[in-house]
Amino acid sequence: MFTELNSILSSSPDSVTPGEFILVSDRQSDASFLIHHFLSFYLRSRCKVIFLGLVQSFRHYSAVSQRLGVSLTQAKEKGQLVFMEGLKESLSVLIPQADNTESQAMNFLRDPPVGLRSLYEFVRSCAVGSGRAEDGAEEWGPPVLLVDDVSVLLSLGVDAGAVLDFSHYCRAAVCSQMKGNMVMLVRCNGEEEEEEDGEEGAEALLKGLTHQCSLNLHVQGLPTGYCKDIHGQVEVCWKRRQGDGPHTQRNLFQYKVHDKGASFFPRGTSSAVL
Amino acid sequence: MCNNIDVIISNMAAPVSGMGEAPAERLPINSTSFQKKTRSKLVSIPGTRPSVQNGQLLVSTGVTSLDYLLGGGLAVGTVLLIEEDRYDSYSRMILKYFLAEGVVCRHELFVATAQDNPDDILQELPAPILDDVAVPKAVEQPRLTGEPQDSLDAMKIAWRYQHLPKVQSALASSSRFGHYYDVSKTMEAEIRQAAKCHRFCLPDHVTPSSTAHRLESYSALLKSLQEVIHREGFDLAAPMSKSRNILRVGLHSLGSALWGDDLCCHDKPRHRHALTTFLYGLRALLRSSLSVAVVTLPSHLIQDRALMGSITRLCDNAIALESFKGSERETNPLYKDYHGLLYVRQVPHLNCLASQLPDHKDLAFKLKRKQFSIEPYKYLGAFGCEEARRRSKRKQL
Repeated sequence: MFTELNSILSSSPDSVTPGEFILVSDRQSDASFLIHHFLSFYLRSRCKVIFLGLVQSFRHYSAVSQRLGVSLTQAKEKGQLVFMEGLKESLSVLIPQADNTESQAMNFLRDPPVGLRSLYEFVRSCAVGSGRAEDGAEEWGPPVLLVDDVSVLLSLGVDAGAVLDFSHYCRAAVCSQMKGNMVMLVRCNGEEEEEEDGEEGAEALLKGLTHQCSLNLHVQGLPTGYCKDIHGQVEVCWKRRQGDGPHTQRNLFQYKVHDKGASFFPRGTSSAVL
Repeated sequence: MCNNIDVIISNMAAPVSGMGEAPAERLPINSTSFQKKTRSKLVSIPGTRPSVQNGQLLVSTGVTSLDYLLGGGLAVGTVLLIEEDRYDSYSRMILKYFLAEGVVCRHELFVATAQDNPDDILQELPAPILDDVAVPKAVEQPRLTGEPQDSLDAMKIAWRYQHLPKVQSALASSSRFGHYYDVSKTMEAEIRQAAKCHRFCLPDHVTPSSTAHRLESYSALLKSLQEVIHREGFDLAAPMSKSRNILRVGLHSLGSALWGDDLCCHDKPRHRHALTTFLYGLRALLRSSLSVAVVTLPSHLIQDRALMGSITRLCDNAIALESFKGSERETNPLYKDYHGLLYVRQVPHLNCLASQLPDHKDLAFKLKRKQFSIEPYKYLGAFGCEEARRRSKRKQL
């Protein structure tokens, strides 16, 4: 959990605004450090977290969360965290064996055009399951869905439209019905001005998700070039419906990622410069 | 239940009385090859060392300057993507260095090609420079007396070097990380055959003209790799019945038309996700086993830059080579000290938040006889290299 980011977003683990869809996006950069922030943030606020870790192993998230002060293994044992390790589950689908008893969540790999229905069913069953209080189990807060990352689904052959449907269904189930939150990471590779056909999928996905979300954190490299002390810039864009109609508010910060966190500062005020 | 590989290795030393009941000794299935450095116990797999930054297990790529660029070495469980230069000369060279390093460290090899026989690559491996391997210990033993078998070999003048290993036997005690190779000679057959090598030649598995070829070549490769990992015990979840080793996987020219892919032929390929799905499955396999992969890819044939972006993101480390051969830069005096440029497209950050970005972005490489050197490209001004050297010498005087 990055304390500076909490103050920028005016959020704290004690008071979590329900029903938010936070989109973390990056362009030619790496915004996965923000996913680690949100993971530790929601675990600290005692929400039930459903994490779809599609690109890295559990060990990676566990090691980073340890540095941020949260233990994923403990959270898993207590039932607060449901971690779906995409890499591990995918092997049984990609290399079919006689006895595949793994869960059906990654079934879309067998036939990507079909869509992400099975993945959605998995998410829904985990989210709904949090409502039932089992004997002796602790009561957790509303469910939070974290996805890292959504763009890899495009690489695996799923259509951008199917991914948008998936995120819409999850938003309806998790954010509206169960008053939980959702955080997704989407990654883009091209320049914003280019309209290459190959990039259609990723750009369409980014635009569609930006439209659906309530808060967008867009990470980019510095427009002036590579710098060792400032790793890039984050544009924070709220889309809250205020009393006087839809109101978007944007703020731009620069950031630097450390070993145990990240620091955010307004443009031009990096400690390397001042 | 132990998650750490250093505990696995230390458990090997413990009596194996409990080996009859398999479940008690098994690791949990969700362990992977990334390990945090919790204790100071070092892993005892030859040819590896823990990273100083985050304790990950590293192997050498065979090129010491590339090891430095990647943050000390290639992490076990990751993939290095090399975007080939136009004639596949230097990327093939780095692949050969990687495999040669595996032979010298007694790792097992897995080589896959689409058309050439994997043995062609294996027969071209550069010869290691073995007299470099000697460990420079402070030798204070006195001259040998009372050891009859050494009396003939005992050195009279250079007795301080008595205890250093002889040239041929150095291979057995190769605890050094990273070796040097002489590219003008090929590795001797007896050294090469000492290493266990698994081969995958695509025509043996899928007939090139069949309709299945287009879609199944990658899944056949993935299946074959998984079989080798299971059979030879590289799985992290495997019972610890024998000593652990590393599997080095070399995949040559993935994505070329010979693999049945049309990524290189069309602007809008029909099966764009075949290679990316394979890379995803490869990552899944590597994360759950003690193996490391180097993949070369003819990126200059792929027209779709967005696809290259997805491919790069699915590999942990990625570099691109651009050689000067055949271009106007070959005769340009500005570049005459180098053979080409090297771009670092991606460096991973595994088990930690921040990645170790290289200090310099402009890198150039040169293949010398005994070293593949990668250094920051120094632009020496309008006069070029020689003039600048002359001027700096004059200043020194």
